[in-house]
Amino acid sequence: MRKDKPCVLKVEDITMQFGGVVAVNNFSMEEYEGEIVAIIGPNGAGKTTAFNVITGVYAPTNGRVTFNGERVIENFPRGKMKKAYLGQNAGKYTGHLEPTPDRLTALGMARTFQNIRLWKSMTVFDNVLIAKHLKRTSNLFSATFGGNRAEEQAQREEASALIETVGLADVRDELATSLPYGKQRRLEIARALATEPKLLLLDEPAAGMNPQETVELTRFIGEIRDQFHVSILLIEHHMDLVMDISERIYVLDFGSMIASGTPAEIQANEKVIDAYLGVTDDA
Amino acid sequence: MKKQNELPNSKQSSWVSFLLVLAFLALVFYLDQIIKPTNKMYMLMTVLQKGSVYALAAVSMNLLNGYTGLFSLGHAGFMLIGAYTYAIFTIPSSARDTVYQYFDAAIRFSFPEAFSNVMGPAGTALGVLVAVILAGLLAAFFAYLIGLPVLRLKSDYLAIATLGFAEIIRAVFQWQKLGPITNGSNLLKSFARTSKFKLEVGDTKLVLSTFVPVLIATVSIIIIVKLVNSTYGRAFKAIRDDEVAAEAMGINLARHKMISFTVSSFFAGVSGAMMAMVLSIAQASNFKSAMTYEILLMVVLGGIGSTSGSVIGSFLFVAASEWWLRGLDSGTFLGINAPGVFRNGFRLVVFSIIIMIVVLFFRKGIMGEREISDLFRSRKKKAKGAAQ
Repeated sequence: MRKDKPCVLKVEDITMQFGGVVAVNNFSMEEYEGEIVAIIGPNGAGKTTAFNVITGVYAPTNGRVTFNGERVIENFPRGKMKKAYLGQNAGKYTGHLEPTPDRLTALGMARTFQNIRLWKSMTVFDNVLIAKHLKRTSNLFSATFGGNRAEEQAQREEASALIETVGLADVRDELATSLPYGKQRRLEIARALATEPKLLLLDEPAAGMNPQETVELTRFIGEIRDQFHVSILLIEHHMDLVMDISERIYVLDFGSMIASGTPAEIQANEKVIDAYLGVTDDA
Repeated sequence: MKKQNELPNSKQSSWVSFLLVLAFLALVFYLDQIIKPTNKMYMLMTVLQKGSVYALAAVSMNLLNGYTGLFSLGHAGFMLIGAYTYAIFTIPSSARDTVYQYFDAAIRFSFPEAFSNVMGPAGTALGVLVAVILAGLLAAFFAYLIGLPVLRLKSDYLAIATLGFAEIIRAVFQWQKLGPITNGSNLLKSFARTSKFKLEVGDTKLVLSTFVPVLIATVSIIIIVKLVNSTYGRAFKAIRDDEVAAEAMGINLARHKMISFTVSSFFAGVSGAMMAMVLSIAQASNFKSAMTYEILLMVVLGGIGSTSGSVIGSFLFVAASEWWLRGLDSGTFLGINAPGVFRNGFRLVVFSIIIMIVVLFFRKGIMGEREISDLFRSRKKKAKGAAQ
């Protein structure tokens, strides 16, 4: 753990309850600057839900998220949930902060999606360029009447440079959806990087990839961390990838965290092995 | 590499398109002088006038439906606001009491009159311009108010809600209690209209009745194109392609949808004002939802997401329904004289069939998502490929 570095992301007691189902139960984690942290767990463990809470897609039922020292998300059981709440720590949090995902992106969180979500009708270049829209300083009028030529030019150059860095320069003007799967992933990561994030969140980056592509992706993620000075939080099924690059791992099962630690610790953890392989009742 | 980074409208090509637009405007100006209303070819001028009204309406609808992916059907309502605003603020005081024959006119102010009192004839033109801009601004203001609750909805729900609001706007404008302002369900007339637009140079009077609407439409469409090609336009397209991804990449959905909605409505208001000045009347009952459907049809025929498509679609639509197919209603068509078949209403039958055929053979409209400039570009590329 890089405790000497500042804490980028701090998740405290996140509980997400849908109706009577507690999808994530009292999940806490932290991530320090420059770390690669993974959340793993069997299918339906609540990984993606936790991810969606952190990125602002869902407002948690209870809990708090602090990003870069700033309290960004906080909620407590209110309204109907007051009575229906099944989790813990009710009453611990009293604030109510529910930013939309774009607010969090503006603060420096950028994500990719499990089922790749590129802008389909646009080229590789445009996909990256649009992510630069966030960094604009021009208003509607100056943008329409060409008062922002310098900024526009700068954005185009930055987008081009980024495309080159991630190795997509040869397909720059192709339609995003015409790329092979591995390159689409790469483009999605490049697009997220274009928003100049401090924390990059990757939702199952290796999903649907063959072993060769996975190896390339593993290397790529490591390179990104060093080149762009970002911290990376990833959700993954692929054990090889997770064990290779993560510095710390949180394991979720049935919505609750059952273990956390370095890859070596996790691999030796009985509970984790049970969760993944299943335990017979009479054992 | 360096060259690729340059803005797509490099200086040279923007000069070429600027000159083309200028040539087109000059041609319209020239036609305005030689084709008099008594001429057989005057139909061409009517088509140019009405076509430019519809072209702007279609392009502004395309900004919303085609580029931002918001399926809105409120266009007729915003055009109505534009038409009435323009009409009310350009009725000269001498004609006001005859227009408002059943009411006591509440707004006793006319921009062309007020400005011409100060600046002479140039003031009239300025007054018309101010009234047109005010028409757009009021339409945009109402769009903003309607957008606050409505833009949270998606696809069909948004369409139904905007359609409902457009009908409410029409009902309100026909309300007798608002008679002192809107003249109730009676029409507004005698305001500044294109048939009276003239430029006096010495002794010669230059006719501007087609030139003015074409000019307003051209300038407005250029502004919309510039918006679509700007960073905001790209954000709109991102929202259309994938809203979730757009939001995750830091695009504020509520804000950008609102921008698109109000800008689209602004130009709908402007096109409403143009419609009033071309038809020389403004009546709320003309702005039914059927008008929105007509505009939507032009957008779809031209190609959703293509500005040039919308322009082509609306001119073809207006030309076909007002000019080329006229004969089907009046007995003689293409030299065939068959008064028994070519009777009132037959035109619409043929027109519907043509539209069905077009939609069947051009699934994505005439232009798809391309623009005219793309066609030239691909041809150039092909030529280059052949040379190699």
